[in-house]
Amino acid sequence: MYRFKHHRPSTVEEATRIFAGSEDPSYLSGGMTMIPTMKQRLASPTDLIDLARVAGISGVEVTDSEVRIGAFTRHADVASSTAIAAAIPALAYLAAQIGDNQVRNRGTIGGSIANSDPASDYPAAVVALGATVVTNQRTIPGDQFFRDLFETALVSGELVTGLRFPIPRRAAYRKFPNPASRYAVVGVMVADFKTGVRVGVTGAGPCAFRATTLEAALTRNFSASSLDSIDIPDAGFNADLHASAQYRAHLVRVMARRAIEAMG
Amino acid sequence: MSPDQPARVNGIGASVLRREDARFITGNGRYTDDMRVEGQVYAVFVRSNHARARIESVDIADAMMIRGVLAVYTGADMAADGIGNLPCGWMVKQHDGSDMRTAAHPPLAHTQINYVGEPVAIVIAQTIEIAHQGADAVVVDYAEQSAVIDLATATDSEEIHPGITHNLAYEWELGDRAATEAALATAAHVTRLDLTNNRLIPNAIEPRAALGIYDAHTGEHILHTTSQNPHLARLILSAFVKIAPEHKLRVIAPDVGGGFGSKIFVYSEETSVIWAARKIRRPVKWTASRSEAFLSDAHGRDHLTHVELGLDAHGLFVGMKVHTVANLGAYLSTFGSAVPTYLYGTLLAGQYKTPNIFVEVQGVYTNTSPVDAYRGAGRPEATYVVERIVENAAREVGMDPAALRRLNMIQPRDFPYQTPVALVYDIGDYEKSLDRALTLADYSGFAARQAESEARGKRRGIGLACYIEACGLAPSKLAIALGAGVGLYESGEVRFNPTGSVTVFTGSHSHGQGHETTFAQVVSDQLGVPYESVEIVHGDTGRVEFGLGTYGSRSLAVGGSALIKAGEKIIAKGRKIAAHLMEASEDSVDFADGQFAVRDSNRRLTIQEIAFASYVPGNYPEGLEPGLSEKAFYDPQNFTYPAGTHIAEVEIDGETGVVTLVSFVAVDDFGRIVNPLVVHGQVHGGVAQGVGQALFEHGFYDHTGQLLTGSMMDYCMPRADDLPDFVVDTTVTHCTHNPLGVKGCGEAGAIGSPAAVMNAVTHALGVSEVAMPATPEKIWRILKQQAAA
Amino acid sequence: MQINLTVNGAEHSLDVPENTLLVDIIRERLRLTGTHVGCDTSQCGACTIHLDGRAVKSCTVLAGQADGATITTIEGIGAIDALHPMQAAFRECHALQCGFCTPGMIMAAIDLVEHTDNLDGRAVREGLEGNICRCTGYHNIVRAVLSAAQTMTVKT
Repeated sequence: MYRFKHHRPSTVEEATRIFAGSEDPSYLSGGMTMIPTMKQRLASPTDLIDLARVAGISGVEVTDSEVRIGAFTRHADVASSTAIAAAIPALAYLAAQIGDNQVRNRGTIGGSIANSDPASDYPAAVVALGATVVTNQRTIPGDQFFRDLFETALVSGELVTGLRFPIPRRAAYRKFPNPASRYAVVGVMVADFKTGVRVGVTGAGPCAFRATTLEAALTRNFSASSLDSIDIPDAGFNADLHASAQYRAHLVRVMARRAIEAMG
Repeated sequence: MSPDQPARVNGIGASVLRREDARFITGNGRYTDDMRVEGQVYAVFVRSNHARARIESVDIADAMMIRGVLAVYTGADMAADGIGNLPCGWMVKQHDGSDMRTAAHPPLAHTQINYVGEPVAIVIAQTIEIAHQGADAVVVDYAEQSAVIDLATATDSEEIHPGITHNLAYEWELGDRAATEAALATAAHVTRLDLTNNRLIPNAIEPRAALGIYDAHTGEHILHTTSQNPHLARLILSAFVKIAPEHKLRVIAPDVGGGFGSKIFVYSEETSVIWAARKIRRPVKWTASRSEAFLSDAHGRDHLTHVELGLDAHGLFVGMKVHTVANLGAYLSTFGSAVPTYLYGTLLAGQYKTPNIFVEVQGVYTNTSPVDAYRGAGRPEATYVVERIVENAAREVGMDPAALRRLNMIQPRDFPYQTPVALVYDIGDYEKSLDRALTLADYSGFAARQAESEARGKRRGIGLACYIEACGLAPSKLAIALGAGVGLYESGEVRFNPTGSVTVFTGSHSHGQGHETTFAQVVSDQLGVPYESVEIVHGDTGRVEFGLGTYGSRSLAVGGSALIKAGEKIIAKGRKIAAHLMEASEDSVDFADGQFAVRDSNRRLTIQEIAFASYVPGNYPEGLEPGLSEKAFYDPQNFTYPAGTHIAEVEIDGETGVVTLVSFVAVDDFGRIVNPLVVHGQVHGGVAQGVGQALFEHGFYDHTGQLLTGSMMDYCMPRADDLPDFVVDTTVTHCTHNPLGVKGCGEAGAIGSPAAVMNAVTHALGVSEVAMPATPEKIWRILKQQAAA
Repeated sequence: MQINLTVNGAEHSLDVPENTLLVDIIRERLRLTGTHVGCDTSQCGACTIHLDGRAVKSCTVLAGQADGATITTIEGIGAIDALHPMQAAFRECHALQCGFCTPGMIMAAIDLVEHTDNLDGRAVREGLEGNICRCTGYHNIVRAVLSAAQTMTVKT
């Protein structure tokens, strides 16, 4: 690891101020991606702004209409939250699929989405549930948050402070894990709202996206079989050693179908 | 000793809990990287990121300017200091009688790069972090060249090493070509198959490490390193690499965190570290990162094979012909040449009476990491060929695969059995293992399970592998005649201390096998002393006289036998002393259960009393040397031949192509079992690695020679949730030619399992071949093709 | 930077460079070498310790992130004459061979048992996803964890 300065602000304002005053800063949340990247000398921020002591950005709150999760909330806490399990069980389930036990004990939801790793799980939920990303400056609709490979709508220095997930009638997440890394080769969340069905896909493309053709089909007829005849083009899909674009497109359909089946 | 005596407490046959566990479960193990000595400094290697390039220049000036960088040495520095090349220890003769063609392998490359990760310079600094900065600052000017990566076309590609035409290290053959071809020409049925044996990366969880210390006072070099065989490392570093004479070089392997073959070899890094320690007169430590390990540990397997098996009208095998192209990587590693030849071709008879076998092997250089022994080393590859073709033959002729195997098996009455590929099997009962495995796997109930799977949209398959291996390496004369650069005996010493405890020195170093427990069981059993009073010393050339190390499932069969021989000398000498003390004739003194007794009398003395008398020789036989400590070297007369049947059952998700191993049965004949608990553990671990090869693991290079599976993010290591509980059992025939009757158990799991799993996968799919590993997309494509057809 | 740690019950005040990993503090500064490093991509789990009561991979935690934390390593859970039930079970079941992954495996397994109701073999296998063993094939590890779970209590 290259040298850096480790800052430990206690408020959001202090964190963003340090960011603004640093040469090449980066926020540090759980560190589950940041630290391995730095260890491999692939990232060399001059200043790391550690969010662990920042007040008011962790914890879970469930209202009648939404689940609010602070950015610094660890995956394990989402996975084990009885309130979330009651409101959006699919979200707790998704959190329990991330990485492994030790990773879930460190990684945070804010860190995960701010990285826009194409293979991470949470983005599928952010998109499918139509979440609102709350930052220190504004709110960003989940649909518009993920822009590209490791690229989000966040501007420099902007800090995610929390997420708000509307509670659907029902939802489910199914993931096809990379057999080696256990990241998502493809992950699909299907959410059934009064206003219609939303489908969020992670892993398949450069960043998470809504599968609008699947949504349309499911809104017409909410059944696994309604997906069978839909064309899922693989143009622009990721391809690597573990899965071609074509295979990923196939997996989108299979995972979506399984999510629907899981919803009974 | 009688082969059938009942197990004594903590003796042979008892599931003694391992004594080494006390330190491992409490965090008190001591591995190489745990060591720290006064004045220690840190090494980092500059490695090539090109697969093939000429080194135009190496500029270390910037690196040397960094505060805390103590030295940077290049290949030229090493060569100028008289340090030699890394040798290959086995000279394979080609089919025309000429020597194999060996490319010079300098510890640090100085003119030419031949694989990604090849070390170019060693940077030594006060801290690891500074050493990394120093390595970043070394400027190597490479003139990139096109790399030879694809094994199938390597012999028609550009020459990697000048003068080694067609990139062929050797063309080797074994068996009778004419007779085999004639048998195939007249066979009632010939089954043909093209097979891929995928490249594996060993990934012992402890990365390699070395701590080199030079003592300017004594001139002694001390190398602490992660070695499976410290004496061999000393021999090679001394005789070939010219680090220091053997009496000035001590190699110590402390606790070693797994090896699976990869820690047999002498590598660039420990060579550079011990040499550099003398250069700068400071202890130098290097520990591989996992990323480095992926590039710099010797890889395993990597064969392309075409095989043909001929059957007569009754299903009897009449001939088998095998052509294999074996990837040896960029250089010949320590035993790299022997693995696809003597450890492979000789095993192609399997458990069967195939009368004619011919094998030809092309050993090929490519611009990839060197390939050498990995758990099983040649024998998994041979088993894969035999057991895949036999299974396919059964399907083609419409016979039950178990029945076809049974029909062709060598029977107990046939031993000793001379195979057409040089080996003489001493003993076995192959049908017994087969029958037991079929029962445990509920072979006859498969159809019902298959129907149940299909009702859930899954495909189900079952596959057998009846493997044989040659272990207990090896009769030295034979090995040396075939090109080995060293003998393959083992040394042992049994030393009674005056107060009756026993210190045992063995050349077989343990890197997870549990020798401290099992060897103590053997000695305790033989000498009748309490297990707790026997201490095993291994892994230090300064304490143990000599050793050839731990690999090829040889430790107990060869190292354990050496201890038995030493123990026999102890008993013989003890008998002399006992006879003298009890005023009896030597031939009237019996030894049993730790006591010397005068036959038909109540006069008896314990071996501890004899030991004391030997060290306090007041009343003592005239002319007999004091002391009770004996050494022995044991050179085996033959290989040992563990064999067994493994049965895998898989379920395939018809939608995703994911293969799930739902059950695995292993029934093995390892000869006499010293510690069932430990033996079962060895089988479990071997099976997991074999299943890993079949379903998950693949060392994969792109066409430019970059290793795409260069971390555990992409190289799929089997995890707990990838595997089922295993069903393990043993049958027993005692090895006929070593005093313990043991055969060896370390590799069997990895030898039988790939073929068993792939037979199950191809059975489920109804296809003749799927290249390992059977990854989801590969299977999905087959399913898709079948659905379209 | 200055950090304070409570490690296996002992308090430490250390001045460390920012770019130091917790595992390096544990191994190199405190010389608790039972915690191992087996990879550099947070996959193998050999470095698993307990940080404020939960299992984490200490190779993926900065020293500064651990400031003020209570840490338990393999050396802190039991001694040879007073083994933790998980240590004892690993020994009884022959759940280790080379021993290198073992400390991390034990620490992960304790966390798993302490935080899971009604463990069965499948749940143990899934719960140990973050730890790689190359020797045992996991068979005996699963047996050991289930055995230890009989005598341990679930915390939450």
